[in-house]
Amino acid sequence: MALDGRDPVKIDDALRPAMFDWLCRLGDNALILGHRTSEWCGHGPALEEDIALANTALDLIGHCQMWLGLAAEVEGQGRTADQLAYLRDAMAFRNVKLVELPNGDIGQTIMREFLFDAFHFELLTELSTSPNTRVAEIAAKALKEVAYQLDRASDLVVRLGDGTEESHARMQAALDHLWPYTGEMFTADAVDTAMTEAGIAPDLSDLQTRWTATVKDILDEATLTLPERRFDVHTGGKQGRHTEHLGYLLAEMQFLQRAYPGAEW
Amino acid sequence: MSKKEWPLWEIFIRGQHGLNHRHVGSLHAPDAEMAINNARDVYTRRKEGVSIWVVPSSAITASSPSEKGPLFDPAEDKVYRHPTFYDIPDEVGHM
Amino acid sequence: MYAQMIKSESSNDDPQALAEFQARIDRGERIEPKEWMPEGYRKTLIRQIGQHAHSEIVGQLPEGNWITRAPTLERKQILLAKVQDEAGHGLYLYSACETLGVTRDELFEKLHSGAMKYSSIFNYPTLTWADMGAIGWLVDGAAIMNQVPLQRTSYGPYARAMVRICKEESFHQRQGYSIMMKMAQGTPAQKEMAQDALNRFWYPSLMMFGPSDAESVHSTQNMAWKIKINTNDELRQRFVNETVPQAEYLGLTVPDEHLRWNDDKQGYDFSEPDWDEFFEVLKGNGPCNEERLGARRKAWDDGQWFREGLSAYADKQATRRTAAE
Repeated sequence: MALDGRDPVKIDDALRPAMFDWLCRLGDNALILGHRTSEWCGHGPALEEDIALANTALDLIGHCQMWLGLAAEVEGQGRTADQLAYLRDAMAFRNVKLVELPNGDIGQTIMREFLFDAFHFELLTELSTSPNTRVAEIAAKALKEVAYQLDRASDLVVRLGDGTEESHARMQAALDHLWPYTGEMFTADAVDTAMTEAGIAPDLSDLQTRWTATVKDILDEATLTLPERRFDVHTGGKQGRHTEHLGYLLAEMQFLQRAYPGAEW
Repeated sequence: MSKKEWPLWEIFIRGQHGLNHRHVGSLHAPDAEMAINNARDVYTRRKEGVSIWVVPSSAITASSPSEKGPLFDPAEDKVYRHPTFYDIPDEVGHM
Repeated sequence: MYAQMIKSESSNDDPQALAEFQARIDRGERIEPKEWMPEGYRKTLIRQIGQHAHSEIVGQLPEGNWITRAPTLERKQILLAKVQDEAGHGLYLYSACETLGVTRDELFEKLHSGAMKYSSIFNYPTLTWADMGAIGWLVDGAAIMNQVPLQRTSYGPYARAMVRICKEESFHQRQGYSIMMKMAQGTPAQKEMAQDALNRFWYPSLMMFGPSDAESVHSTQNMAWKIKINTNDELRQRFVNETVPQAEYLGLTVPDEHLRWNDDKQGYDFSEPDWDEFFEVLKGNGPCNEERLGARRKAWDDGQWFREGLSAYADKQATRRTAAE
């Protein structure tokens, strides 16, 4: 019986390592993007936007707690979500590189959120009907918040893309910069395949089709141009091969837990 | 460079079905659609099932503004926003 | 307090009208926007509410420092939610101020140029995680002392903003104290951090109430207008009386060797903060004045293209709609 009184997660023992890894991907994407988004708190371009960004960050950190909590349970080593977040080194993190990149200007932050949300929304939509009820429960809860995040980010991309010359140029630059990182979200490896074959997770190529359609629609409305460059230049985050940026992020995030091992806060 | 300020909007929220929309405050936004989004983030902290009206402040003609202040519950699942979430021993007294 | 040393503006209004206005306030009536009010009342309120609003948004910065370093996921959420609330409170207060015929952007410009002030407390650095506890416990505690009575202030929009703020803020002090409890009951290193935070924030917290103003003409006028409810000394005394036992419960020592319970006044005797330091901080010579104002200016300047981009789109949409009709 899980600590919170829910049914224990039902899976084959053979699938546990892959499922742990896969749940860490979900949790780490939310954690790292939530962390990056929280860096805006107090520095937003307008009070209303400052508050909205904090809501997004709060949502994502909430999702991370649920996914990493389930990951810890599946792992079965007695670790907690906090221990996974604060005591793993960069090579054990499983987020895509896109979410760990520095924020850049507010345009880049919003463009990144849009590109990720459009994927996140499709993924959670599928997972919310996963036959694994624990996964489906978390996905359904997160989906409501991510649907709103996607609406908001899409709206801002359209408005800023079709705003002033400067806002257009900045949004195009943000898109060009981020584009080669987006392909990683859809690049399936053995872990993804195992989860798809187990019937728990959707096929990433199906998600890609829908993601591409959404992205094209919104960018078109925003008068922005889809880069011609390959979109899967920068991959490897899901396997623990990250950019230089993640190490700095973790050094900051994990500082207290590392400096005072075992202390309670 | 133009420095046009975003207009001010008055925000009205219906928290439950069957109740009237109530004035909860104001905020700035470039247009009505964004005022609604901002109102969700600022005044409901994303609580679901609410209906929001936004009105440009400049469109309001007032006799005398209402007396009673607005209250709106924060989203129910954000338990840490509630004082009772924190276990403060009785000996410490009221906080 | 979040609004410190508010000078009242004098009025050159008709004595008859002034007397009627004062009678309304004395009867406990609320003054609402667009109703007649003395020019001095309006200007003083703009200064006070504006300073309060500025304090909320500058106040995001010292705590915002630690959001990315919070030690657990839950502490991170709590701190983020709290600092977000401060942005919200700034927004409510700016809105209240705007009903007095000033725009938010004008108020921002006055903050950025140094023409308007914010509370001295936010010019002190946050050096350890225990400072998140000390700020919630002491700084929010001091703010609450002032804000609770201001729910009854004479200006309607200000009073309503205060009601909302007090309701949302009720968790802020408790989350701070719960951080202090964890630290004070934790490892020796944590307890040392907690004591150090109390040592550094005690006197700056006492300064928040401002220097003694019992003799001040400004204070007398502002109290008559009910935009100030208690004297600075009353609030400071109340704060010390409530806080000292809380420190004792934590097993921490208030850094004041003259602190004694005085049975006659049913309150503590305590040392005054260093008022020279206070005035230096107000003049811009505090430890973090440049960083705080610099961060606000940068956020505003960096955000200009964003605000303009959204305005431009809204204008285009309005034009497109008109053309389609």
